[in-house]
Amino acid sequence: MMDALIFVLAGAFATATPLLFAALGELVVEKSGVLNLSVEGMMALSAAIAFMVTLQSGSHLVGFIAGAASGALLSAVFAVLVLGFMANQVAAGLAVGILGLGLSSLLGRSFEGATLLGIDKIAIPLLSEIPVLGKILFTQDIVVYVGIAATGLVAWFLYRTKAGLTLRVIGENPNTAHALGMRPVGVRFLAILFGGVMAGFAGAYASTVLTPLWSQDMIAGRGWIAVALVVFGTWRPGRVAVGAYLFGAVSLLGLALQAMGIGIPAQFMTCLPYVLTIVVLVAISADKVRVRLNAPAALGESYRAAS
Amino acid sequence: MSFLGFTALPRAETSPVALLAVPLVTIVLSIVTMVVMFSALGADPGVVLYSFFIEPLSSSYNLGEVLIKASPLILIAQGLAIGFRARVWNIGAEGQLIIGAICASLLPIFWSDSQSAWMLPGMIVIGALAGMAWAGIAAYLKASFNASEIIVTLMLTEIAKQVLYYLLTGPLKDPSGYNFPQSVMFPDAGLYPTFGGDGVRANLSVIITLVVTIGCWVFVTKSFAAFRLMVGGVASDAARYAGFSQRRAIWMSLLIGGAAAGLAGVGEIAGPIGKLQPILSPGYGYAAIIVAFLGGLHPIGIFFAGLFMALVYVGGDIALVSAGIPASAPVVFQGLLLVFYLASYFFVRHEVRRVPQADGLRGAA
Repeated sequence: MMDALIFVLAGAFATATPLLFAALGELVVEKSGVLNLSVEGMMALSAAIAFMVTLQSGSHLVGFIAGAASGALLSAVFAVLVLGFMANQVAAGLAVGILGLGLSSLLGRSFEGATLLGIDKIAIPLLSEIPVLGKILFTQDIVVYVGIAATGLVAWFLYRTKAGLTLRVIGENPNTAHALGMRPVGVRFLAILFGGVMAGFAGAYASTVLTPLWSQDMIAGRGWIAVALVVFGTWRPGRVAVGAYLFGAVSLLGLALQAMGIGIPAQFMTCLPYVLTIVVLVAISADKVRVRLNAPAALGESYRAAS
Repeated sequence: MSFLGFTALPRAETSPVALLAVPLVTIVLSIVTMVVMFSALGADPGVVLYSFFIEPLSSSYNLGEVLIKASPLILIAQGLAIGFRARVWNIGAEGQLIIGAICASLLPIFWSDSQSAWMLPGMIVIGALAGMAWAGIAAYLKASFNASEIIVTLMLTEIAKQVLYYLLTGPLKDPSGYNFPQSVMFPDAGLYPTFGGDGVRANLSVIITLVVTIGCWVFVTKSFAAFRLMVGGVASDAARYAGFSQRRAIWMSLLIGGAAAGLAGVGEIAGPIGKLQPILSPGYGYAAIIVAFLGGLHPIGIFFAGLFMALVYVGGDIALVSAGIPASAPVVFQGLLLVFYLASYFFVRHEVRRVPQADGLRGAA
């Protein structure tokens, strides 16, 4: 019983890491007033490219860089559509997402079923010796720690820097921001690229570290869960991280219960994160005041530069 | 914003020429990109083009295949377009299709020796209602709790897939099927009649799609309800002022979309598949989103866009064999179509003009 609990809680951090990276990226994009629904496609494409590059080069680092680059490239296509051609953001996100999914399976067919080695877990000296907690919190791979650091960095950037303030102003009202001398299109472009890079890391981690075995459709809706997590965290980095770890734990709960011999059909367990997404989304969205206080006011609206 | 001495200005009215040119330009750009991509991968562009766009039209069997693939695409896209016009984003038609198929399959699975003429109409009604109910969950959560219908419909799709797997490994599994996750074959009474000659698989679903298309055209062009629906989505404040409710727009959009997707699900199991199995559709629910946009969210446009998309599916299958083009190629093509469509749609609402050199003249524009 205790072992199963430790397994779930320790594994939750790794399982949550792709969700966390993707959600933090999407959080910054949404804070700038842009809704990018192509997270699933960006993750899928970068998962394939990171896997391919890691397989060839033998280096996870190179794989992560390639994954981030491909996420950024795809997000640039989205940025050109919504910022340059002023396309509807929902439709543009779907378009780029479908393109990413297609390219992912196109590239992935050559290494279907191939496997990679994961990366080693780092046991932090002394802290990892603490009973129970040591295994859960302080024996993780480096990317998990980077994810925790990234949460702090994003929060610091958004709420403690001038650039973060500029980004938030643009997300609330791009016209006012422009009148104040800010550059909404440029800032949104950078925010979208950042979202692409983060989705790229998320995809790379999912395919080369978390489950280092390539199969088509390996992202399986996690990009969409990341989008939902931003609402779950009411656009706050810390709450988004808590949400991601909660989802990580829930995804593993099924495995743990099966290991304990509790006879619940596997499909019900697979459904849990999806059901939880809906339940949480309903609970958060129903509180309209809270959503309005935290959601960027200009989210999803096209901005036309008054030249 | 000006670029190389040109600037784009909003048009006072959308240009009808651009509106017609956009889908055609989109298709040409997507085909060119595709050909360049596959030439880079080492395929012969001539063979690819022939397999994709000529061979599907070259025999009555292939034509029948185009029709039975076009009909779910058109059917779903007609339903989705009604919602998209009202800015209600039902992205989960795939799940509604699956639930519609599951519920409709209960009749032929549990009465597998029935010859009743009522079975098929029963399946059609049950399928449409089930798809409607599945989409209705999202409508309820959006209308009452403001939960994003985009995320809810997508999550419901993932759940629908799991429900299907569960039923096929347990309650609905064919007991004498060597443990394969599939149901018993449906009796003839549970299958759509086919037409077009021996071996051609075109069936009743094609007729149903035609009827729905005409129905949608009448609904969109002649009815006040459709107008209210559109206003409710595009300008919810104005709509509220005029007494049209946004709630109604949400409910109507999702219920119609769900019914259409459920009906398409019945078309799959009562058509080419003939039983319940883990894979019911090659992503029709997602492809239909592209069909809806490519068709300009208009019933007639959607009809032709659906035929074109079906051509891509059938052509993709042929190119898989003849040119070694991977099975995922149609999905890439779909993505390209929508990307190019959204980019070129810019020119429906904007005109491009040469910028006057002197900066002071800009005020005159």
